[in-house]
Order: sequence, then C-alpha cells, then structure tokens
Amino acid sequence: MNSSILKTASNYLLPILLLFSVFLLLRGHYHPGGGFVGGLIASIAFVLHGFTHGTDATLRLLRIHPGVLIPVGLGLAALSMFAPVLTGQPVMTGLWIEEPLPVIGLIGSALFFDLGVYLVVIGVVLTILFTISQYSE
Amino acid sequence: MLIAVLSGLIVSILYVPFGKYLKGRLSICVSLLPITLFAYFASFIPSIRGGNHVTFHYPWVPSLGVNFDFHLDGLSLLFSLLITGIGSLVFLYAAPYLQGHRYLDRFYAYLSLFMAAMLGVVLADNVLLLFIFWELTSISSFFLIGFNNDNADSRKSSLIALGITAGGGFFLMAGLILMGHLSGSYSIQEMLGTNEYLKSHALYGWILALVFAGAFTKSAQFPFHFWLPGAMKAPTPVSAYLHSATMVKAGIYLLARLNPVLGGTDYWMYPLVIVGGLTMLYSAFHSLFRTDLKAILAYSTIAALGILVFLIGIGTPESLLAASVFILVHALYKASLFLTTGVIDHETGTRDITQLGGLRKVLWPLSIAGVVAALSSAGVPLTFGFIGKDLIYEATLHTQGILPIVLTAVAVLTNIWVLYAGFLAGIKPFAGALPERYAHIHLPNPLMWLAPLLLALLGLLFGCFPFLVDGALLNPAARAILQAPIGTPLKIWHGFNPVLLLSGITLAIGTLLYVIRKPSSHNLAFVERFNTLSPRYIVGRIARFAKVISRRYTNTLHNGFLRVYLLRIIVFAVLLLGFRLFTGGAVSLTLNHLSPISAYEIIVAAILIGAIFLAVTTPSRLTAVVATSVIGYCICLQFVFYSAPDLAMTQFSIDTLTVVLFVLVLFRLPPFLNFANRSTRLRDWTVALAFGAVISLIAIQVLNQPFDEAVSRFYGDNAYTLAKGKNVVNVILVDFRGFDTMFEIVVLSIAAIGVFSLLKLRLKASEKE
Repeated sequence: MNSSILKTASNYLLPILLLFSVFLLLRGHYHPGGGFVGGLIASIAFVLHGFTHGTDATLRLLRIHPGVLIPVGLGLAALSMFAPVLTGQPVMTGLWIEEPLPVIGLIGSALFFDLGVYLVVIGVVLTILFTISQYSE
Repeated sequence: MLIAVLSGLIVSILYVPFGKYLKGRLSICVSLLPITLFAYFASFIPSIRGGNHVTFHYPWVPSLGVNFDFHLDGLSLLFSLLITGIGSLVFLYAAPYLQGHRYLDRFYAYLSLFMAAMLGVVLADNVLLLFIFWELTSISSFFLIGFNNDNADSRKSSLIALGITAGGGFFLMAGLILMGHLSGSYSIQEMLGTNEYLKSHALYGWILALVFAGAFTKSAQFPFHFWLPGAMKAPTPVSAYLHSATMVKAGIYLLARLNPVLGGTDYWMYPLVIVGGLTMLYSAFHSLFRTDLKAILAYSTIAALGILVFLIGIGTPESLLAASVFILVHALYKASLFLTTGVIDHETGTRDITQLGGLRKVLWPLSIAGVVAALSSAGVPLTFGFIGKDLIYEATLHTQGILPIVLTAVAVLTNIWVLYAGFLAGIKPFAGALPERYAHIHLPNPLMWLAPLLLALLGLLFGCFPFLVDGALLNPAARAILQAPIGTPLKIWHGFNPVLLLSGITLAIGTLLYVIRKPSSHNLAFVERFNTLSPRYIVGRIARFAKVISRRYTNTLHNGFLRVYLLRIIVFAVLLLGFRLFTGGAVSLTLNHLSPISAYEIIVAAILIGAIFLAVTTPSRLTAVVATSVIGYCICLQFVFYSAPDLAMTQFSIDTLTVVLFVLVLFRLPPFLNFANRSTRLRDWTVALAFGAVISLIAIQVLNQPFDEAVSRFYGDNAYTLAKGKNVVNVILVDFRGFDTMFEIVVLSIAAIGVFSLLKLRLKASEKE
C-alpha cells in the first residue's frame, strides 16, 4: 500500500496503539478491557504497520518472530496458574500483593495470567496474519 | 513427596533448554535422579515395615475432588523401589549403550518423564490423579518405543502400543469415574470403606469390565498382548525398563491395588483366572517358536504377566503373597536378561539365537549374569525364582472350590515353557563353541555388564537369604493387597511335599526340553501359518477397515469447499434446533417482553440491512468484504446500546482483524465473483431464511422464559470480594473460569501452529521449485 499519509500515520499510531493496549490490559480487572482485547489492539497496531511498510519491515521491527510469544505467554499463564501450589493452595487461587503499586495498582496472579493471554493473542494473530501475507506476496 | 514424584517431569522439561549440554560424557549425570529417588523411597522402609503407611495431601482442584493425594504402603513402596532401582541401572546402562546417539538428550527426557509417570501411578491415592499418570505412561512409552523414529516398523509398533494402551485407558477412566461417583469419593483409601456397597451395586459388573479393560490392555493380557512383542523395536534399555518393572506392571499394580475394593467375588475371580491362565499358556507356548532373543523375552514376559493376573484372581492370602514375591522375582531376572541381550546385540549385531553361541569366552561377566538370571527364571533351588515358583504352586494347590488340579497343571506347563525360554535367552548364547566371527569381541563399558550382573546376583542373594526382603518389602506389599496381615514368612526349605515334587518335575521336563529341542527358523514358520487367526492380525484388519471407512467419510463430508461445509453445518443446525423448538412445547410469539426500540437502533438496523443486501449482491469481492465488516461494526454498536462494552470492544477488534485477513487472502483470488446459477442461489436463500427464522424464534422464546438471576448475582456479589476485581467479565475470564481461558489460549496456539506449518511447508516447497 503506497499511501504516504497512512504510512506516516502508522508510524505514530503504532506506539500510541501499543500504549493503549497496555492500558486496556492493566485496567481490565476494574473497567472494560483485559488481556484478550489488549492483545487484539496490540496486534492491530502491528498489522497496520505491516500493511503500510510491508510485513518484512514489521518483522524486522519486532526483532523476534511473533510465534515466540505464544510459548512465552502460555508459560506465563501456566506459571500463574500453578504458582499457588508452591504456597500450598489449590491451583488458580488468586494471590495478591497487599499494597497497591503506583500507576499499575494492585498486582495479583490474575494480572500475570492476563498478561499471558495478552502475549498469546498477539503471537497467534500476528503469526497467522504474517504467515498468510508472506504466502500471498 | 510431590517433588519426588514430579522431579522426573521437571528434569524432562529442563532437557528442552539444557539438553544439548548433556549429550556427551555428561549424559550420565541424569542417573543421579533415579538414584536419589531410590534412596528417598528406601528411607521409608523402616516405617512401612512396622505396618504403617504414609499419606501426603496437596489440594489441586478440591472442588472437583481431584487432589494430589499420595499414599505410600507396602505395595506402592515395592513398586517405587523397583521403578527407581531398576530405573537407576537402566539410566546408567543407557549412557554407554546409546553413546553418541543423535537424540540421547531426548532419550533421557522421555525416560525421566516415563519414570515420573510410573511413580505417579503407583503412589497416587486419588483415582483421577492415577488416571492422569496412567495416560502419561502410555504417552511417554509411545515416544520411547518409537525412539528409532527413522524406522517405519518402530513407528508402527509404537502406534499400536499407544492405540491399545490408551484405548484401554478410556475404559479405565470410565470405570474409575463410576467407582468414584458411586462411592462418593475419589480416594482409594476412602473407597475401601464403601467396598461392600460397590460390590452389591447393580453397576458392579460394568465397573469390573471397564477396569479390566484398562488393566488387561496395559498389562498385555490375551487378546491384547500383541503390542508387547511389537514394542521390542525400542532400544533394549527401554525394553528392559518397560517390560520388567514398569509399564506392563502398571495393570498388575492396578488390579492389586483395587483387589481390596472390588475383589473377593466370583465376578472378580473368574475373569482374572481365565484371562491370566489363557495368557500364560498362549504366550509361554509362543515363546518356544521364536528365534529373536528379544521376542523370546517378550513372550515370556507376557506369560509372567499372565501368572500375576492369575494369582491376583485366585485371591487367597497365599496367592497374593506369591504375586508380590513373583513381581520382584520377575523384575530382577527379566531386567537382567534384557540388559544381557542388549549387550549381546550391541557387540555382535544380532539377536538371532540360532547364530549365537560360545560368548562366555569373550563376555564372561555377562555370561554369569545370563546364566544366573536364567536359573532364577527356571526356579532352580537357592535362586529367588525357586521361592517364587514354590509359592505359586502352593497357591494353586490350596485353592478351594475351583479345581486345584487344573490350575496347578496350567501353572506347571507355563513354568516349563518359561524355563525353556529363560534358558534360551540366558544360557544358549553363552554355551557351545564360539563362532570365528565373534572372536574379536571385547567386553564393553563396565556399566553395561555390571547392571545385569548386579540384578542377577541380587536374585541369588534374595534366594539364599529371603528374610532380607521378606519383612521389609514383600510381606507389607501382600498385606496391602489383601488389607489383612499375612503370617507366613518366606522359607527356602519347606520339606518334602507335593510342591517340591512339582518343582522337580518342572525342572526336569524343562531341562530335557532345552536339551532336546533346538531353536530354528523352521519353528517360526510353523506358527506363522496360523497368523490369520492371531489377534494381532484381526485387530490389524479392523484398523485397516476403520481407515477405509474414515477416508470415505472424510472425502464425502470434507470435500474441500468451504461453502459446502457451511451449508451442511447450517442445515444440520436448523434441523436440530427446529426439531427441538417444535417438540419442546408450544411456541409463543408474544412480543411484550421486548424493550422499547430507540431511534439509534432503527438507524443502525437500517444500515445493517443495507450492508447485508450489498454484501450478497455485489460482484466485487472487496466490496463484499467491506460490507460484511460494516455488518460487524453495526453489531458492535448494538452491544454498546445494551451496555456490554467488553463485548463491543472485542467484537470491534476482531472485525478489524477479520477484514485484514480477508484482504490478505483476496490477493490470491480473482477480483470479481462469478455468481452461481439461479437454482443454487434459490437454495442458499432458503437455507439462510430458515436459519434466520429459527434463530429469531429461539431468541423470542428465550425472552419468554423467566430469567434466572442466580448465576449473574453470584458473579456480581463475589467478583470483588473473592477476586478483587470490579469488572465482572474480566474476573470471570481470568479467575472464576480461568481454566476455560487457559484451554482457549491453548486452542488458539494450536490454530496458529497449524496455519504456520501448513503455509510454511507450501512456501518451502515453492521456494525449491
């Protein structure tokens, strides 16, 4: 796609959308949002970039293949599931830090679970779309 | 305890990142794991000896009754020590055996995983946990049996083994769930209290049939035995491990463990005695015709498993003691024979018994191991096998009700053939003159001959001094199977009695048979003639038939046209839903439950209808894609109107990505559509209208049902107090129903891997051209 307006816009939109996706991820526990939507928004950011600059440019920007995010995310979600076992509680018990942190707020194992979902969604969407787009080119 | 059971699992996971450093000389380090575990379990001997048992409780999913509950009593301890003890030797042995193998790291990862799974099976108290580990043993043994994955035979054998054992696992799961459901607890120890209720329940027969199906497939009982000889394609250390002490004994363990819960009735006894007896005779007889060392051992293993099932079926205190003794006897001599065979194969390159001979001159320590193990399998006095065989005869002679003579005859006949097989495998390769071509052979790495020698000598040691293992291991094991104390200590000498006479007869006829009968490939040809009657052949035919059916079925239903799939799915849904709707009671079409319609909604609905119309009439693909995305966004707006922001946001992003996906795929398609002919379009219109009508009717019907607020109130009330979240939707996703989310992201990942691998394979193929 050779629209220079869109190309320039996507350069600025990428960080903004990513920031927005993280915002959605973090606020998910109290307001509309969450890991799934956040991951989708973040993938849209990259897909938009890929649309204007070409998939290869986006892959270079990412440095790692998006597929790597899938095992990382799954592992993170699984870890947060099984972490309570170490303290002798059943799997998936929510663990929470007592004091809220600035900006982020209360941190619990659910956040890490959501972060895992976020990473898996980005990994899955980008892997599928980039593979198909490379195949189409 | 949890750490001890799961450590093998953890080690096998650690092999993924660190495996490449452990391929060379360091590969032997991993043997520290089973050795440590052996020491750990051995430390329980004093307390188990005193008649105690140890339980460990870790909650896992308490709401479903699934917990990490472990129970260590005599039976579990015997098996744990066998698993880790023989495991240690196999770990040590495999390092030189597979030295320099490309996948040595994978081998140890599978082996550790398998060991962890076996430990889990024998220690789990919760039947669901037991089942999980049970399935893990099937899966990890699949990888071990198919370890030589460049060999088509080996792949096929591992598939057969997995098919049979995992298929049996399904039945077992049903049986265990039934047991847990009826007795109200999934803990075996708690089931002991409700055993009378279980035995008198109408479903008792079903439970038995299901549990037997699981145990018989795992323990290679006739007619499911044929996966075991096939599994000999595995590297020999694996065969030694799987078939002497672990995998195939899992079914025996299960029967022994459930004996106090389900046993003691005719329904328990007769199937076990009959199947066990049949297996003993069938496979011991078959071992006579084999010339491959491992095949001989495989059939004599099946015979030994048959003996164990048979003994558990008889169910008297004597037979249960005999069973626990024989478990140890068999594990020691069979592992030793397998490991000996491994060295012979490794050094000479053949396992053909007709080719081998005289190896005592070049492999002398190994010949001691082979001969002693063979003598133990024959039950020569002063070996541990003698005590085991005595107990078996004593058990069969002292049965009541069912004919002791028949059972004894079966046992004697089997033992004669097993003796012959043992002599063939343990003595024949070392006896006679050494062929010229083997004169250059040297002793291998000491680890490889020390392991079988140690096992064989242990058999001799326990045979001379049975008190070493009697009170510490075997008596507690038999006590756990019976759930009552057993008085008789093991003795070498019982005086002159019928049992001794039977032992003598067995030895004499067996030795005579060995002297007279020479193994040759003729014999194999003789049994091959009956091949079409064998269970293996019949199951093979059934499998091929199923393949043909499934191919036809797949070709008809999955013909590769997406539109046909969609059409079928929708027509089927319409029929099913329509049927349920009209048979489910009167359809009322009152619309007074609807909320008032606002102006926004009318506008959005108008856009929606316009977009739909555009999508189905436009000849341009791109326009159609844009129109469908407009439909999606309109639906998002509806979600916003009805205050479902989470849903709207997700739908919005998904729609955006779908459009992108469509556009990407569109590059590969011609830009304009050719419309289908009139009749096809008419059909599609009809199906679409019918589907829309059914869904609308259902939606209106749903509104007429009284709304049950209990579920939403639960989430609303508890989201903040239990999960510290204010957004109920998200709390449900990450906390209340987190398991569902976990599985969903796993499914997503599988989809991504599928797309990636399918397209990448195509890409690579086109790059090559």
